[in-house]
Amino acid sequence: MTDNKLINLLNITKSYGENVVLDELNLYIRENEFLTLLGPSGCGKTTTLRIIGGFESPDKGQVIFEGKDITNTAPNERQLNTVFQKYALFNHMTIAENIAFGLKIKKKTKAYINDKIKYALKLVNLDGFENRMPDSLSGGQQQRIAIARAIVNEPKVLLLDEPLGALDLKLRQDMQYELIRLKNELGITFIYVTHDQEEALTMSDTIVVMNQGYIQQIGSPEDIYNEPQNAFVADFIGESNILPSIMVEDKLVNILGTNFICVDTGFGQNKPVDVVIRPEDIDLVKPEEGIIKGVVTSLLFKGVHYEMEVNACGHDWLVHSTDLVPVGNEVGIWVDPFDIQIMNKPESEDEEAAELEI
Amino acid sequence: MKLRNVLNTKTPKSPLQKKGSSSIRIRNSKWLSFPYILWMIGFIIIPILVILYYGLTNTDTSLTLDNVLAILDPINLRSLRLALGLSWKSTVICLLLAYPLAMILSKAKNKSNFIVMIIILPMWMNFLLRTIAWQNLLERTGVINTVLKFFNLPMLNIINTPNAIILGMVYNFLPFMVLPIYNVLIKIDKDIVNAARDLGANGIQTFLKIIFPLSLPGVISGITMAFVPSLTTFVISNILGGSKITLIGNVIEQEFRVGNWHVGSGLSLVLMIFILISMAIVSKFDKESEGNSLW
Repeated sequence: MTDNKLINLLNITKSYGENVVLDELNLYIRENEFLTLLGPSGCGKTTTLRIIGGFESPDKGQVIFEGKDITNTAPNERQLNTVFQKYALFNHMTIAENIAFGLKIKKKTKAYINDKIKYALKLVNLDGFENRMPDSLSGGQQQRIAIARAIVNEPKVLLLDEPLGALDLKLRQDMQYELIRLKNELGITFIYVTHDQEEALTMSDTIVVMNQGYIQQIGSPEDIYNEPQNAFVADFIGESNILPSIMVEDKLVNILGTNFICVDTGFGQNKPVDVVIRPEDIDLVKPEEGIIKGVVTSLLFKGVHYEMEVNACGHDWLVHSTDLVPVGNEVGIWVDPFDIQIMNKPESEDEEAAELEI
Repeated sequence: MKLRNVLNTKTPKSPLQKKGSSSIRIRNSKWLSFPYILWMIGFIIIPILVILYYGLTNTDTSLTLDNVLAILDPINLRSLRLALGLSWKSTVICLLLAYPLAMILSKAKNKSNFIVMIIILPMWMNFLLRTIAWQNLLERTGVINTVLKFFNLPMLNIINTPNAIILGMVYNFLPFMVLPIYNVLIKIDKDIVNAARDLGANGIQTFLKIIFPLSLPGVISGITMAFVPSLTTFVISNILGGSKITLIGNVIEQEFRVGNWHVGSGLSLVLMIFILISMAIVSKFDKESEGNSLW
């Protein structure tokens, strides 16, 4: 596996004054991977990206690129290109000049550059925009020019810093498909920074969930969503019911006083754990058919589904269902054993701080 | 424990402000500009019209172009040429000094306004006083020469030469060059510079292709703001140039002194054309009016 580690970050530490942004971060990125750094603002994801791009240098640690230490290499000597958050187009140049910027510096021939401009504009669906000025373009178009400007240089890695953050919802969804298509066509590694969990789940091969300078979990979108390793990840990715519980024995967990059958083993006996149940995994059944009984306390129509809160065992359960149950009705709650995700509970406060830093 | 569904709910956009009330307020506030408009009419428009009248008429109030054409008199023409030459040189020197300084200032980590303050500080002191101070410094028996003499070093003989005038111009108008350039430079998004580096440009290429072109509006307004006052000055040339060097400003001043308002106004009109030309160049380049902070 080591040979296809394209980028390897070793013990990266970075602080601004007293504020430690990254603490002993270790991460590798494989060739041809779409890796997303996901986390709330201030989690260190952008700093990580800027360290890879060379715009920040770490206080400690190394950046290894194809086996070579590039920690102190200037950005212009790295074989990667960046798409900046606010696009950072050169407003005093035409679109063609913007795209040609990197190629002219590399002293490519005119014919080659013109070909590349044509090719890149076609790739981002903006043929014929050569002579327009950046500020005459919409946000989405500027975004695509920024991508075109980066990829004509044929970088090994494309770094994207919240590139869709400034776009409206519809455009953002379209651009997600565009980015996946681009990645497949170009076959280059994408490192993507976002705070939008939906974006991350849609596009990534690998998601790195970060919080407060620490990596919380690394995994595929399915892993991250279905098997969050701790309460932070469960909470940050999608909606969830997080319930303090006790693992009675293997495959049996006591949630709020009621035993539920689950599929997890190896947590020991009578150990306190956190349980995550996704709202869409809760089935509302007739009161006598459920594992526990509850009363619907609120109901919201969300388009695809109804969002309900059901009070049962002294807890408000968040439920997503396409079936409507009116407020005030008594219902039974049923959860399939494989929909119960058990997470280790931090045993001490110190451990919790180290893990979550909340 | 509570339900956690924090992140999926989109924060609602803040409701649009009611348009009506604010636009009414803006419409009604127009009268606030009346005092200034009155001031402008009284002390800018009318004087210009008076200059126009004097410049285009004779003592017997008949229309004539003689006063304007007085610029073609060899002596006046030489003064104009000298003034253009000196102010151009001082502007170039100002630019060469100001650009690196503005660059360093804009990159300073703690964007403390302290250094900017130091640059503006001389502007708070009287212009005349500062120029007279330079006279004292530069005189043959002045401070600098006394010190040089003490160390048996060669004397500095630049008082009453064009170079002394250039020095005075540079000293007085340098802040007018630094501030507009500084203002554009700090507005350049750091990521634009990063993007250039990212695309392979080294420091020099980034400067030549990105930073300098983007700072041009500031450079242009800086050039005008150093050039125009240099072109029209007569105080600096009077104090530092002695009586031998007459710039066009001195000529105009002399004409007014001896009571020849008509020729003085005619020559002023010529000078005004030069100023209008440089203003036109500025308004073409300087759409964001970087110099506004100064005036």
